[in-house]
Amino acid sequence: MELLAFGKTGWGDELFIATLMTIAVSITAMLIGFFFALIFTPLKLSKNKFFNFIANTYTTIIRGVPELLVIYLFFFGGTGAVMYVASIFGYNEYIEINAFITGAFAIGIISGAYSTEVFRGAIQSIDKGQFEASKVLGLNKFFQFFKIILPQTLRLAIPNLSNVWQITLKDTSLISVTGLVEIMRQSYVAAGSTRDPLFFYSFAAVLYLLLTFLSLKLINRLEIKYSRGY
Amino acid sequence: MDLELMINSFPKLLNASIITLKLLSVSLIIGLLIGLIFAILRLNKNIFINRFAYGYSYVFRGTPLLVQIFIIYFGLGQIEYLRSTFLWIILKEPYWCAIIAFALNTGAYTSEILRSAFQTIKPGMIEAGKSLGIPSKIIFYKIQIPIAIRQSLPAYGNEIILMMKGTSLASTVTLMDLTGVAKYIISTTFKPIEVFIVAGGIYLFMTFIIHNVIKFLEKRYGFSQ
Repeated sequence: MELLAFGKTGWGDELFIATLMTIAVSITAMLIGFFFALIFTPLKLSKNKFFNFIANTYTTIIRGVPELLVIYLFFFGGTGAVMYVASIFGYNEYIEINAFITGAFAIGIISGAYSTEVFRGAIQSIDKGQFEASKVLGLNKFFQFFKIILPQTLRLAIPNLSNVWQITLKDTSLISVTGLVEIMRQSYVAAGSTRDPLFFYSFAAVLYLLLTFLSLKLINRLEIKYSRGY
Repeated sequence: MDLELMINSFPKLLNASIITLKLLSVSLIIGLLIGLIFAILRLNKNIFINRFAYGYSYVFRGTPLLVQIFIIYFGLGQIEYLRSTFLWIILKEPYWCAIIAFALNTGAYTSEILRSAFQTIKPGMIEAGKSLGIPSKIIFYKIQIPIAIRQSLPAYGNEIILMMKGTSLASTVTLMDLTGVAKYIISTTFKPIEVFIVAGGIYLFMTFIIHNVIKFLEKRYGFSQ
């Protein structure tokens, strides 16, 4: 237990901060994923073949290529890409992007592909009558989407989004290869300096279990909230 | 775009994908066995056996695969006692450590897939078997297991693809699989996009093959509903 003490003697405070970092990266990645889903879900549902093709390419590539490879692409290629864009605007200094942004972006793109599929499925399973009825009532498009379609979509999507969240949370452990100090990285450092890898990696596993367990509890509440009236 | 690099790295990456496929197939076979055993344990009425099987799948599904590999590869070597047993011959090899971790991980997911397949079997089928006077052991092997396997084919196909992506983590314990070699080439040439296209292309090709094989099996053995 000394190993987990807070302060200079133990790793308790470091691991606590690392846990907060994992949560922060997961939430950021999930939000970036939603942003991507917001762009690609309409493309997937659109009748235009070209839009369909773009969205399908995105989800197929992300779901068929290992997460680690995507992270390496961003880790090694992210700086170059940003500097290239900057050089177009006439800025030629060296730009360093921090590990948090690269990591959250890489995981976000992965999570976005899964979210896209979830939202597509949810919107497709809403009864056609709902769209027609809201049109007949003369509601404007904005109102139709946000007050009629979206609440129903959420009810259907939340259980699957909960899975996406779990995948995203676990995927953040892979960002440790880029040096961002989250649970995995901190355990690696602690294991290296105390020569007690078994304890620290097991503790990391417990932390992840705790995070998945607590988030499931929270999501269950949301699920109940959005299932009112069913 | 550095086309020359892409052409040069292709044979190296293709060679490395053999290790990926080996890791995948060995861990899938062991994982399927583990999954089947734990799915049967989950159906047991004894609460302790049931809880044990549930705990196993909960822990392995609730933690990242990376943690599991690190515990097995870095962690278990720390126990002095293990070093003196024959197990050490296996545990000192990163290859086998990776396979143990993958097999336990996919076993947990497979047990869930098979359990839900067992539970969706209509009781009428088992009752029909009983009324024909078939012993319950044979009902299990000849009726329940074949139905459960067919039922779980689509979900298991997804699991195979997820596992194939999971094998990329073997590169974190010094194995030079497809991702490991890709990372090596990227870090020596600093051409991430080119290498990503080639390595990603090989992965996508493997996904495509697996996807179609499962589709074929589904058509062949699935229920004609």
